[in-house]
Amino acid sequence: MAKHETPLLDQLETGPWPSFVTDIKKQAETKPECWDILGILELSYKDRITHWKHGGIVGVFGYGGGIVGRYADVPEQFPGVEHFHTIRVAQPASKYYSTDNLRQLMALWEKHGSGMTNFHGSTGDIILLGTRTENLEPFFWDLTHDMGQDLGGSGSNLRTPANCLGLSRCEWSCYDTEEVCHHLTIHYQDEIHRPAFPYKFKFKFSGCPNDCVAAIARSDVSVIGTWKDEIKIDQAAVKEYVAGNYPANGGAHSGRDWGPFDLQKEVIDLCPTECMWLEGDELKIDDTECTRCMHCINVMPRALRPGDEKGATILVGAKAPILDGAQFSTLLVPFMKIEKENDFEELIDFIEKIWDYWMEEGKNRERVGETMQRVGLPNFIKIMELEPIPQMIKEPRSNPYVFWKEEEVEGGFDRDIDEFRARHQA
Amino acid sequence: MGYNPEKPMEGRISDLGPPHYEQFHPPVIKANKGKWLYHEIIQPGILMHKSETGDEVYSVRVGCARLVSVEYIREVCEIADKHCDGFLRFTTRNNIEFMVDSKDKVQPLLDTLATYGNGTKYPVGGTGAGLTNIVHTQGWVHCHTPATDASGVVKAVMDELFDYFGSHTLPAQVRVALACCLNMCGAVHASDIAILGVHRKPPMIDHKRITGVCELPLAIASCPLGAVKPTKVEVEGKEIKSVKVTVERCMFCGNCYTMCPAMPMADPEGDGIAILVGGKVSNRISQPKFSKMVIPFLPNTPPRWPETVQAVKKILETYAEGANKYERLGDWAERIGWEKFFEKCDIPFTEKSIDDYRLAYDTWRTSTQFKYTSHIK
Repeated sequence: MAKHETPLLDQLETGPWPSFVTDIKKQAETKPECWDILGILELSYKDRITHWKHGGIVGVFGYGGGIVGRYADVPEQFPGVEHFHTIRVAQPASKYYSTDNLRQLMALWEKHGSGMTNFHGSTGDIILLGTRTENLEPFFWDLTHDMGQDLGGSGSNLRTPANCLGLSRCEWSCYDTEEVCHHLTIHYQDEIHRPAFPYKFKFKFSGCPNDCVAAIARSDVSVIGTWKDEIKIDQAAVKEYVAGNYPANGGAHSGRDWGPFDLQKEVIDLCPTECMWLEGDELKIDDTECTRCMHCINVMPRALRPGDEKGATILVGAKAPILDGAQFSTLLVPFMKIEKENDFEELIDFIEKIWDYWMEEGKNRERVGETMQRVGLPNFIKIMELEPIPQMIKEPRSNPYVFWKEEEVEGGFDRDIDEFRARHQA
Repeated sequence: MGYNPEKPMEGRISDLGPPHYEQFHPPVIKANKGKWLYHEIIQPGILMHKSETGDEVYSVRVGCARLVSVEYIREVCEIADKHCDGFLRFTTRNNIEFMVDSKDKVQPLLDTLATYGNGTKYPVGGTGAGLTNIVHTQGWVHCHTPATDASGVVKAVMDELFDYFGSHTLPAQVRVALACCLNMCGAVHASDIAILGVHRKPPMIDHKRITGVCELPLAIASCPLGAVKPTKVEVEGKEIKSVKVTVERCMFCGNCYTMCPAMPMADPEGDGIAILVGGKVSNRISQPKFSKMVIPFLPNTPPRWPETVQAVKKILETYAEGANKYERLGDWAERIGWEKFFEKCDIPFTEKSIDDYRLAYDTWRTSTQFKYTSHIK
């Protein structure tokens, strides 16, 4: 593969942000097909349109996911990227790596692929970007045999679950996100690799309501840490914040003079439920009014901590706009213990109850959030065998159109028109 | 050894899943999991977490292009071997975190990072009330449905906003995301500023190919507005079953092309970028909210997309000037009112920002409360 002229892409080699163009050029010195990546991308920059064909079903034996087929629409010009399939490799929970592990994976990719990657894809997998069909099985053999690693999900299946780093390096996590993420990923290998769903399905695990993996926006089952009891207050530390000895919000605003820290203005007045006040110099919280938004804890991490009775709120049905518009997940279970001791049985039961229904009733390419909209939340709650509670809604309905069931109405629906007319002339 | 194409199923291993996370924890992480007391950002890009054991971990956060080479990852590994006992991690927003277990190890790490490229190959930042890395999709480098590129637009925007990555001068964190088409692999729909690739021309129909590559009922069902209908056409003297598109109904979502390769949409003039703002994921203070479309179209102008870069910069800096401490972009826009948002950001308001899709009525103003702005003549 010859080097191509890339006058447009070359302009992305200047400026302070790391340049992917410079990086691809460097890789091309040892992987010449990278010149063709630059060549075809330059052509797209010139033509202002993609040069990748639609689809192409490729994979490894026995799996229906994990590899995305891709072919160039100008293969004669750029033979090095004629086939440019993507391999999704399941990432370890929290995305910690040893350099040994990464080096081994990079050696495999140098051997079997283009040498370009994404760290990471939007769902969380390691993306190995661009290889030929005949390389897929040899790569998969080496990945499984030499590294003991595996592909992630693609297509209408369970996508590789993802989590925030949780207890491993965060003081706010209300459950062990990486343990449950890993456990469920292993538990559901079949569902990840062999598409049997109406459409994609995602789990994401965030340790607290800050939701650092965007579970509420991006996952069909969003598991977001929360707590039941009181926020723990260290009054001495509160005083240190007030005195300016501890940086508010962990120093997040250090680049600008916002004036001295003002507990009333910055914490108490911004509390969405107005459940905080000062008595003398003691900070008080009415925890029964608290909705656990995390603001006060974020501002004073040394003084305030989530309570001790910890678990997660389970919400269902988030998705991006295609097709009926974007949806956030809807709260179904306000508090669930997320415990390794029983292998996360309660969560697994909950997930499988959704699948049992959605796999039967979901339409082709219908996310479960759309199924919920179609059948209505009252029906979906029944399917999930949950009691309706006001925490599931923002506000009660404002229209009177209730789907009353016959058994709910005294005397049922069966009435005699003749008997009615005997008493009411038409 | 290795794969034997003669006997593909022999010795096959499958369903291993990812490796267990614990083997990749740096020692200080493994020793202190679940014991962290609090954290501080000691300078932009450097987090210090304190454990109840007295241990500390310093995490140096570094921006990464996401589209990176084997050689780049090896270089990252060299840095981690030299300073971090051979461990590192990636964040959800495609940053790299190098972790060391004492403060005196931070400066040597920073010194090493500064030796690469022109000193900013490993930019330190992405914390606190600043701009962190832009999460993004594939764009023209790999995808078959994009309406714009991804990596190039991100590079252009981050070059311009670079100082905000390494500083804490904004009212709150600002999350920028890019998705190169409406499929939104990048899930940009809940970002402070979303850069979204959009199409504006209806699909062409490749009648010559449609029979072989497309299941017509799926293509017809793919359209949320019923714009794709069955029809019969003549191809090389033969009548075949195909589809037609009622153009007035097309909202350019591209779902038909996803289902049917014979309905390509992309176009140099038709495609471009929309800007949506004010979304958030966190439950902090206010509830999660969707991003709202404020600029319906900017042209694709590679290699540096100046219109998009300037639009994002103007919105970011107007927000930075006007918002209160802790106030996210969407909360600021709601407080001042969207009419003020358009005025302050110098964004022309058009009917394209008025929703006419499902649930549109929820976004119409049904109140006498408004502000007088230049929009009222």
